[in-house]
Amino acid sequence: MNAEFTAEELKFRDEVRRFLEAEFPAAMRAKLQADIRFSKEDLVGWQKILHRKGWVAPNWPKEFGGPGWSPVQKYLFADEMGRIGAPEPVPFGIKMVAPVLMAYGSDEQKRRFLPDILESNVWWCQGYSEPNSGSDLASLKTSAVRDGDSYIVNGAKTWNTYGQYADWIFCLVRTDSGAARKQEGISFLLIDMKSPGVTMKPIVLLDGHAEVNEIFFDNVRVPAENLVGEENKGWTYAKVLLTHERTGIAGVPRSKRRLQALRRTAAKTADSFGSVMLDNPRFRHKLAEMEIDLTALEYAELRTLAALSVGKAPGPESSILKIVGSELAQEMDEMFVELAAYNCLPFLPQQFEDGFQGHHIGPGTSAAAALTYFNNRKLSIFGGTNEIQRNIISKHVLGL
Amino acid sequence: MDFSYTQEQQMLQEQCRKFIQKSYDFESRRRIIDSEAGFSAEHWALFAELGWLTLPFSEADGGFGGRAVDLMVVMEEFGRGMVVEPYLSTAVLGGGMLSALGSAEQKAETLPKLMAGELLMALAYAEPDSRYNLAQVATAAKGGGGKVKLNGSKAAVLGGDSAGLLLVTARESGALQERDGISVFMVDGGSAGVTRHGYTTVDGRGAAQIELKDVEVDTAACLGSPGQALPALESVIDRAALAVCAQAVGAMETLLRKTVEYSKTRKQFGVPIGSFQALQHRMVDMFMECELARSITVMAAMKLDSDSVDAGAKARAVSAAKSRVGRAIDKVGQEAVQVHGGIGVSDELDVGHLFKSVTVLDVLFGDADYHSQRFAALVSEDDPR
Repeated sequence: MNAEFTAEELKFRDEVRRFLEAEFPAAMRAKLQADIRFSKEDLVGWQKILHRKGWVAPNWPKEFGGPGWSPVQKYLFADEMGRIGAPEPVPFGIKMVAPVLMAYGSDEQKRRFLPDILESNVWWCQGYSEPNSGSDLASLKTSAVRDGDSYIVNGAKTWNTYGQYADWIFCLVRTDSGAARKQEGISFLLIDMKSPGVTMKPIVLLDGHAEVNEIFFDNVRVPAENLVGEENKGWTYAKVLLTHERTGIAGVPRSKRRLQALRRTAAKTADSFGSVMLDNPRFRHKLAEMEIDLTALEYAELRTLAALSVGKAPGPESSILKIVGSELAQEMDEMFVELAAYNCLPFLPQQFEDGFQGHHIGPGTSAAAALTYFNNRKLSIFGGTNEIQRNIISKHVLGL
Repeated sequence: MDFSYTQEQQMLQEQCRKFIQKSYDFESRRRIIDSEAGFSAEHWALFAELGWLTLPFSEADGGFGGRAVDLMVVMEEFGRGMVVEPYLSTAVLGGGMLSALGSAEQKAETLPKLMAGELLMALAYAEPDSRYNLAQVATAAKGGGGKVKLNGSKAAVLGGDSAGLLLVTARESGALQERDGISVFMVDGGSAGVTRHGYTTVDGRGAAQIELKDVEVDTAACLGSPGQALPALESVIDRAALAVCAQAVGAMETLLRKTVEYSKTRKQFGVPIGSFQALQHRMVDMFMECELARSITVMAAMKLDSDSVDAGAKARAVSAAKSRVGRAIDKVGQEAVQVHGGIGVSDELDVGHLFKSVTVLDVLFGDADYHSQRFAALVSEDDPR
């Protein structure tokens, strides 16, 4: 047992660091500093840079164009990305639909979809939740009825992150409404967003921005060749996807960077008692425990990775990474609000949009603190609420 | 980066597990605590025979290597069984101090006997008013004519009731909390002027309050350079803190397992109470605390064993672990009792005793709040200033 990286691993880390320092676009760095939202062009451009280096899809096997990294290399890469604040590739294509296609898609589907995902030519979004199916996802009602060589899809999907940018959507649809168990009548279907009958309505969140949407399907005709795997097996495929999603979801690299930002901000923020927040005993204590808790989470994740590298699948215990990672991130949001104090009051989301020309109310990005706090309440809700994660652990780990 | 145990460590773990299963059930433990000595001489002889007493010592000292990870393996199992034998006090604290500061002669005189199970030691460092401040030493050492006279009061001396050899911290110079001026003296447990008020701790260990009145020792009984003992004392206490983190991990996992098992068999309202989501989520939270506690303990053990980590970073790693484990202890201990209901607060069930045990482990060598503060005070490389 040791915490050391090998010389080769350290060399790899240096290579990643040098690459990121040189290639992460200056314009995006500036946006990061100013808490300006990245545009679709920013994200696609960055992913193409990563792709040219062969690094855009760390979790892909080599045969599909992944870099063939060890778990430690993946960890180091994510850590370095987080260190400079480079965004991870948008997950819906690379991390979500692609692994399902690799495992269950036809050869034709792999040929057709995977290269465009890798090259960031096609943007995907996720069609899981429905207005009446949230935590009880398997109760979903969007129907797909076979009609010759097509399915006719009717229903509504919601909370589709970046649906406004998406070219394609992967959906869970009900193909057998008479199945004995509700999980058994579900299929995994790929739908072109340009299909006639697909409409979209943006949903504005508490930060004033519409990053999610509701998507409606009105007699949408979908070629049957867009079915992934077997009909009525979609639930099994979706569960595989969720396990993949749960590693890395702890968000440790990003949280480490935000902890640094908290410290920097605290060092220049008055504490109302004649000192600065960094030296305020209570806030200092919170910072210390946050760093300690992040370390515990990081090592919990490393232990999971180590198990993966000896061939064990990420078990249901990886649910704790999601729970703890989201809770710590949300605690940090609260700490940013605490530091901002009165300066968190302005509701000026436009200040953090690209190209804002008006008078910026600060100081710094303090007016973003409350907006981020509000927005990030999603962290303990999406990807299976933290209560659902607890149910998973309760059932599959504790056997209750 | 490697999180696996070596084959030797796996064997050690297996050996400890077997010992607990075979010889350390709850009733046997109760009899040991109620016995005159407060621990089992037979078990102690077995610890020596199996080489467990050599684990904390370097090969140069005749030990097994002194690796923190080895210590972690043993302490975790001791935590599961709530072992009361004076392992921590003798092998980790007393032996650790001697090994850190003792001369070749002093070591040769004591360590072989310790490792053979023939010598019990205790480290008397805490005082009634010191809390966790290791530099707060009021016990006075006044020298003259090749002799030193010790006067003072030592609190919570683990194993102090039975130890043949006491290591006593005392101040030769300086103000009450000054870092300089603290020495460690070897004091025979039967010396004139030593009064031991022995007691059993709330978790069943032997301990003592020790009064020192004009206790005379040779200047040669001092370990290391006079007045310079504090840094070594700090690193010995850090290692002991890591040891109790591991012990707590074992105890907490046992608490979790017993709580989950109980919730599956205890029926109320016609169903097992484990079917209630309100309780399921509390047990999941206990599970998460156990996993985080284990993760950070492993981190600290690996840092202690690493040659490329400096002393400051090692201290910081231990404080991180003790803080996180301490907070886990509150949660896991209290919830285990709560889920058990009334039986959880009765003396007859082991769960309540595990609760007492982990509560003591939080206190030992500094509780969660203390270690969070210490962690914050030890400057991080990430400090923006």
